Amino acid sequence: MAAFGSFALLIALALAAYNLFAGTIALRLIATGQPARISPERLADTARRAGIAGFFAVSAAAFALVWSVFANDFSITYIMEHSNRALPAPYKFAAMWSGQEGSLLLWAWLLGTYGFVLRLRHKTDVKLYAYAGTILAGVQVFFLLILNFAAPPFALLKGVIPQDGNGLNPLLQYPEMVIHPPMLYLGYVGFSVPFAFALGALMMRYPGEKWIHITRSWTMVTWLFLTCGIFLGMHWAYAVLGWGGYWGWDPVENASFMPWLTGTAFLHSVMMQERKGMMKSWNVWLIFSTFLLTMLGTLLTRAGLVSSVHAFAQSSIGTWFIVFMGIVLAVCIFTYIYQRGHLKTEHHLESLVSRESSFLFNNLVLLTACFVILWGTLFPILSEYVEGSKVTVGAPFYNRVAVPIGLFLLFLTGVGPLLPWRATSFKSIRRNFVLPVIALWSTAIVCLGVGVRPWVNGAFSSGNFYALVAFSVGVAVFTAVLTEFLRGAHVITRQTGRDLFSATWLLTRRNTRRYGGYIVHIGVVVVVVGLAGSAFNRNVETEMGLHDKMHIGPYTLECTGFTQDSNANYDSEYALLDVTKNGKPLFEMTPEKRAYHLGGGDQPQTMVAIHSVPTWDLYVVYEGTNPDTGRPIIKAFLNPLVGWIWAGLVIMVLGTFVALTPSLSPAVAALRAPAARSVAPEPVLKGGD
Amino acid sequence: MGSLLRRSSWMRSAQASLLAIAVCFSLGASDSSARIDNLGHRLMCTCGCAQLLGECDHVGCPSRGEELATLGTAVAAGQTDQQILDAFAAKYGATVLAAPRTQGFDLVAWIAPFAVFAAALLGTILLVRRWSGTSGVRAGAAASNDLATASPEEKERIERIRRETGAEGGF
Repeated sequence: MAAFGSFALLIALALAAYNLFAGTIALRLIATGQPARISPERLADTARRAGIAGFFAVSAAAFALVWSVFANDFSITYIMEHSNRALPAPYKFAAMWSGQEGSLLLWAWLLGTYGFVLRLRHKTDVKLYAYAGTILAGVQVFFLLILNFAAPPFALLKGVIPQDGNGLNPLLQYPEMVIHPPMLYLGYVGFSVPFAFALGALMMRYPGEKWIHITRSWTMVTWLFLTCGIFLGMHWAYAVLGWGGYWGWDPVENASFMPWLTGTAFLHSVMMQERKGMMKSWNVWLIFSTFLLTMLGTLLTRAGLVSSVHAFAQSSIGTWFIVFMGIVLAVCIFTYIYQRGHLKTEHHLESLVSRESSFLFNNLVLLTACFVILWGTLFPILSEYVEGSKVTVGAPFYNRVAVPIGLFLLFLTGVGPLLPWRATSFKSIRRNFVLPVIALWSTAIVCLGVGVRPWVNGAFSSGNFYALVAFSVGVAVFTAVLTEFLRGAHVITRQTGRDLFSATWLLTRRNTRRYGGYIVHIGVVVVVVGLAGSAFNRNVETEMGLHDKMHIGPYTLECTGFTQDSNANYDSEYALLDVTKNGKPLFEMTPEKRAYHLGGGDQPQTMVAIHSVPTWDLYVVYEGTNPDTGRPIIKAFLNPLVGWIWAGLVIMVLGTFVALTPSLSPAVAALRAPAARSVAPEPVLKGGD
Repeated sequence: MGSLLRRSSWMRSAQASLLAIAVCFSLGASDSSARIDNLGHRLMCTCGCAQLLGECDHVGCPSRGEELATLGTAVAAGQTDQQILDAFAAKYGATVLAAPRTQGFDLVAWIAPFAVFAAALLGTILLVRRWSGTSGVRAGAAASNDLATASPEEKERIERIRRETGAEGGF
C-alpha cells in the first residue's frame, strides 16, 4: 500500500503540474490571441480534466494512508509514529491528520476536492473558472511537491519493523479531534477558492462584480467551516487540557483566528463592491491576505517558528512555506500593479455617518485586531532578533490590547445595521439609537446592582470592567438587531395581517442575506456574553480522601470513592463525586485520570467531568495523586456562562445557513403576501431609516 | 443662550460622571490572595508547559510549587507588583513574564498596535471626508442635472433606485 500511495502522489503531482502549465499556456494564448497548433480552448480543457484526474490521484493516496492505518502497517514510519493496534477506529482516522505528513496530505486532498467541485462547475463561466482552476493547480503543485519530496507520508521505516506503533498522542484521543482539524482545514483550504477567483479575475480584467457573486457562497461556507473549526478547537482545549479555559492566545490558536478576522472583513466589505462598486482594491487585498494568513498559520503550526502548547507536528518544512508565500506575494503584487487600473472605484462615500462608513470602520477594526494578533505572535521572534533574547507574549498582552478592540467591534456590530446607506440625519440617528442606548445603560445599572464590581481587585486585570462593558454593549446590540427585525415585521403585519412570528419569517425569507447576517450578529453577542463570564471564574483545589467534602459556589462535592478500569489502550482511575446543593443530592461526577499505553510506557491524561447549565459549568478535574502524601487531588472550577459560547456558535451557524439560502424572488414574495397588493404599495424597509 | 446653558449642564454631567468613575476605580482594594492570583496570571510556569503560572495544571510540576512559594513570600513581604515581576525576571529570565515589559524595546510591543490603530483610524476618517467632499458635490450636481432633465417616468425610476438602495442587498 505504501508503494501505491507514493505512486498516487507522484501521479497527482504530474497531473497538477500539467494542469498548471497547460492551463497557463492556454490562457496566455487566449489572452494574446496568438495562433497555435492546438486550440487554446482544447488545451485549457485538457488542463481542467487533468485537475479532475488529480483529485482522484490524491484521493487514492489519502485512501492508501487510511487503509495503512487500519491495517496496522508499521513498515510506514508515519503509521508507526502515530498509531498502534489498540487505537480505537475513530482515532485511526484522526491519526491521518495528527502528524505533519498526514495533515499535509489532508490539505492536498481537501484542495483537490474543492478543485474537483470547481472544475465540474466550469460552465458557469468557462474562462474565469479556467483561471481559477489553474491558480488552484499552482497551490496544489506546492503541496504535492512537499508531500513527494520533503514530508512523504509513505516513507518506509528503516531497520526492524516493530510489532506495535507508538500510538496517538493522548491529547488527540478525544471526539472533537476527529472533526476539529478537518473543519479547520476545510476553512483554511477553502479560502484558496475565493483567492483563486480574485487573482484570476484580476489577471483577466474580468468585467463587473460577477466573480464576487460566484465566490460569495464559497467564501461563506469556508468562513463557516473555519468558525466551526475554531470553536471545536476551543471546546477541545476546554474539555481536554484541564485548565478550565478554552482560549489561551497560543500561537496556533492565533494562527486560526487571523484568517477568520480578514475573512470576516472580506464578507462585510465585499457588499460595498457589490452595491456601490467601491473598495475593489481593498477586497482583492483582503482575500490575498486571508490566503497568505492561512499559509502563515500552517507555517506556524508545522515549522515550530514559535513555541506553542499544541503544535503537534514540527519539522523543517518552514523554508518551503516561506518560499511559497514569497512567490504568492510577488505574483499578487505584480498582478495588482499591472492591472490596478481595472480596480478603479465607481462611487465614493457621501457621508461619514452611513452604512458604508460603518463597513469601513468595521474593516479597520477587524484588520487592527488581526494586526495585534499577528504582532503579538511574531514579537518574540522580532525581540530575539533585535535584542538577542526572547520574551513571552501571552494572555495578559492580548487581554489588554485585543479585548478592547473586540469590544469596539461588538459596538460596531450594533451600530452598522442602524445606519442607512448613503447618508443619515441626526433625527434618524436619535430615533434608531434611543432603544439600544436605554438597553445599554439599563444593563450596566443592573450588572452593578447584582454585584459586578469593576473597581475591585484591579478592574482591568480581573476582567470585571471588560465584562461590564461586554454585557452592556451586548444587550444594546441585541436590542438594535431585534428592533430591526421587529420594524420590518411590523410593516408586513400591517400589510398582510399576519402574526408577528410569521411576518418575521417572511421578512427573513425575503432578504435572507441581510437577516441571516443579523442572526449571525446575535450569535456573536451570545458568544461575547459567554466569554465575558470568564471574569467571574472561581476554582478550588484540594486533596480529597473518602467522604471528604469540597465547596464551590452553591455546590458541595463529596468524594464517595475511587474506581479503576482498564482496556487495551489505557488504564483509568475515576473519582466518584456526589454533588449536592443545599443538602439536596443533584448528580454524580466522575473525573477521570488515564494512563495511555504508548511507546512502551504510560502517558497520563486527564478527562474532565463537566456539568453544564445555562448559568455556569461545574468543571472537575482529577489531577492525580500528590506524590508526597499519596492523596488524590481534585480541582473544581465554576465557570459562568460557558454554555453561551457554544450556544452562540449554533446561532451563528444557523444565521449563516439562512444567509446562504436564496431569498424569495419578488414574485414569490408577493404570492406569499397577497393582501399587500390590494392594500397599498409595499413601503420600503429602509435599514434603520 | 438656552443652548449654551444646555451644553454647559451636559458638560457638568459628563465631568461628574467621569469623576465618579475615577473615584470608583481609585477605591480598588486588593487582598493578598487576589494579588497572588493576579500575579500568577502575569507570570509563566517555567517547566516548559507554556502555561500561565496561575493555570499550570500538572501534578508533580517541578516549577509551579517553587514559583508560587516565591510569589507568596514576596507578596507577604509587602513588595510591589513591579518589584515582584522584576525579581522573577532576574531569577528566571524575561520569558517568565507573560507579557512584554513597558520599557526598552519591549515597549514597542505595546505601542505598535495603538499606533497602527490610530494611524488607520485617522487615515480612514480623512479618506471618508475627502470622498464625501468630492462625491457630495459630484453626486449633487449629477442628481440635480438628472432630475431637472428627466421625464416623470425617469424621475420615478431614479427615486425607486434610491429607495431600493436603502432596502435591498446585504446588511
